[in-house]
Amino acid sequence: MAELLKISDLHVAFPTDDGLVRAVDGVSLTLNEGETVAIVGESGSGKTVSGLSVMGLHKKGAAQLSGSIVLKDGDRNIDIVTATDEEIRLLRGRAVAMIFQDPMSSLHPYYRVGNQLAEGYLVHNPGKKKEARQRAIEMLDLVGISEPAQRADEYPHQFSGGMRQRVMIAMALMNSPRILIADEPTTALDVTVQAQILILLASLQKEFNMGILLITHDLGVVAQVADRVSVMYGGRIVEQGSADDVFYKPKAPYTLGLLKSVPRISTHGSDRLKAIPGQPPSLINLPTGCAFAPRCEFASHAAGDICATNRPELLGTNPNHLSRCHVDEAVRDKLFVKELKEVRS
Amino acid sequence: MLNFVSRRVFFALVTLLVVSAVVFAIFSLLPFDPAALTCGQHCTDQIIAANRIKLGFDKPLYIQYFLFLGGIFLGRSYGTGSAAFTCPAPSFGYSYNENACVTDLLREALPVTVSLALGALIIWLIVGVSLGIIAARFKNKWPDRVGSVFVLLGTSLPTFVTGLALLIWVTIKWKLVPLSLIGYTPITENPYKFFQFFILPWITLAIAYAALYTRFTRAAVLETLGEDYIRTARAKGVKERTVLFKHTMRAVFAPIITLAGLDFAGLIGGAIITETIFNLPGLGRLTLRSTYEFDLPIVLSTTILAAAVVIIMNLVIDMLYAVLDPRVRI
Repeated sequence: MAELLKISDLHVAFPTDDGLVRAVDGVSLTLNEGETVAIVGESGSGKTVSGLSVMGLHKKGAAQLSGSIVLKDGDRNIDIVTATDEEIRLLRGRAVAMIFQDPMSSLHPYYRVGNQLAEGYLVHNPGKKKEARQRAIEMLDLVGISEPAQRADEYPHQFSGGMRQRVMIAMALMNSPRILIADEPTTALDVTVQAQILILLASLQKEFNMGILLITHDLGVVAQVADRVSVMYGGRIVEQGSADDVFYKPKAPYTLGLLKSVPRISTHGSDRLKAIPGQPPSLINLPTGCAFAPRCEFASHAAGDICATNRPELLGTNPNHLSRCHVDEAVRDKLFVKELKEVRS
Repeated sequence: MLNFVSRRVFFALVTLLVVSAVVFAIFSLLPFDPAALTCGQHCTDQIIAANRIKLGFDKPLYIQYFLFLGGIFLGRSYGTGSAAFTCPAPSFGYSYNENACVTDLLREALPVTVSLALGALIIWLIVGVSLGIIAARFKNKWPDRVGSVFVLLGTSLPTFVTGLALLIWVTIKWKLVPLSLIGYTPITENPYKFFQFFILPWITLAIAYAALYTRFTRAAVLETLGEDYIRTARAKGVKERTVLFKHTMRAVFAPIITLAGLDFAGLIGGAIITETIFNLPGLGRLTLRSTYEFDLPIVLSTTILAAAVVIIMNLVIDMLYAVLDPRVRI
């Protein structure tokens, strides 16, 4: 499996009037071909900012980037952080494509769907209008839109939400990119449509041998499609591992909190939803120690007040399953298994 | 579409009827005798009485109103015998101060006002929209700041200040444009003189409006640049220039058209100050003068004309919208 994307120690900060917002603080991850890597976290955890960074879509001057985002483009490796605007533009839509959360507002209301698709092809294949149109119809067909030739001449408002997300996927795949960034691709859709879109993405992934970076807060989606998972909190990755490991043997207290807070149809009556107490931290004023410490119920298991004073590193006895926590890993394993059993019984 | 247009035309006619009735009532209820205004210093009661009958002021108010309406479609005759004269259809009455059929007065004044409004519209659209795009593109940089100074000046300087300043400096001190006393020349007759005649009034009007359009365009462009579909365009690898001039401007275009249509209609009703400063024989000046002189037929006609233009422009804009925005179907 070839490596398509390698993000190393990525920092993204936005200067504001109130101070520097550290949206992404030292994120590292890799994406291989044919693989789905999920970034999970709540709003403001830095997951979308990470995705936009890979596309080089941050406003010039508004964002301060450091670290590296190395993208494979054919035989070349390009670092988005140091590449020029024009180099990045030529990658967008061709080597790496993105689909967004809200298909209702992500398509231009004034242009025909077919033309919007064709434009993505024409940008990278100038002058080939006929091919672009042909390709647009092919792609619409591929994502399951019936009568694609007629539908290509319609406007976005004539499509339903699920159909529009299919159009967005078709648009992203116009140039057969190797990397697809899917930012909450099913959040704005009905549950029944969500499943269809996920199945569609999975089949297209096989066909194009794509690596998908799936950004979501929906653990159900992650469980269905992800191979590996990175859990983000306060701009940092707090747990990273295979989907199975993260779901069944979580090691970070925050991951455990997330898993516990998933609503279940309980067999024994009316259990209250187990939300994580407190609020996510301000990204301007992150706690000096562990960002999750103020909300963590396991902080007392660590030595002294180390959680409040020192930032934990991303470590683990299993090199493929890392987490940030000061509490001894063996102690956590025992505690967490018990907790999970309670919830999942 | 046909259904929409016919319904709108019907309501337009009803609106015009109401507007004309209201203006007619206001002027007829004013405490003066229109017949007395028809003769000058050497007036006798006999002449006034004769004129009253000749112009129809002896009849009840509602009959006068119907005579006015009838004249629009059938033309109207005044007096009897050898002194009789006719204002052919469409007749908007007879001005007793100007001693002329109102329709003829309108026919003279309308081209001047349309030329003034259209020329100014073209200038302010080009200047205002361009400056707005530049200001948005270079938000918070020096071109944007220069733009905001222009907006501040343009919106706060009244046309009688900019107009007079232009007259004093450009015409009188620098003599760049001759002081035009020759009067209005149609563009078909002598384009050069036409431009010379209108250039300063155009600039005067355009400055005020261009400032508003700069501000409006800047805001609209910035708002549109933040839309999700603009991010989508960038994600496709579209060039930044194309993002701005194609994707963004396509969305900004529709509201600008709306605004321009309404402002244009408003100006046809009379750019009174500008026409007065530059002594343009347009509708605005005609309206102003006839208001001073209680010349009811002219005031009535220009008011109806202004209302008609606003209503028609609204209809045109709504139809244009259906063309511009695929989501709108009428």
